[in-house]
Amino acid sequence: MPSLEDVRSLLLASFPQARIEVSDLTGTQDHLQVVIVTPAFEGKTRVEQHKLVYAALGDLMNGPIHALALTTRASELP
Amino acid sequence: MSDARTRIEELLKSHKVMLFMKGTRQFPACGFSNTVVQILKKEGATFETFNILADPEIRQGLKDYSSWPTYPQLYVDGKFVGGCDIVTEMHQAGELRALLGTGAS
Repeated sequence: MPSLEDVRSLLLASFPQARIEVSDLTGTQDHLQVVIVTPAFEGKTRVEQHKLVYAALGDLMNGPIHALALTTRASELP
Repeated sequence: MSDARTRIEELLKSHKVMLFMKGTRQFPACGFSNTVVQILKKEGATFETFNILADPEIRQGLKDYSSWPTYPQLYVDGKFVGGCDIVTEMHQAGELRALLGTGAS
């Protein structure tokens, strides 16, 4: 099972400019909540943004992570 | 063309609003799937659901079809709309209503 810090590092490798929050919804490290704010999402649809995140997580989505609540934004809310 | 793909396209063609989910609308087997069912009900949408837990071929086939690794997956007019988080955001922003064509205005 990856640690929250592992997940964060993996995401940071794909989105170096991002603000990233990873939290554990159930205490079992497999139901995660992730917030990513990065200019890399500028001009992309929500589906495209989420697909980029899934791609960055790779094989973690095929088993180790059972559920992922995902919030993506190109910039911080005003 | 694989059998799964043919079946998926048939389902998408037959139903304007199609939700692939874990469990059924009466008995959702996952909180995220339940959330989308409740949102679609709130929007007053007519929708069909498909229980991917009961059909491993579709369960894997649809992931490949949409390049999306998780469920639920919502489709409107044959187009992939998103999973639970995106559907929730669109509902809150009032965008889902326009897409579904529900509501008075």
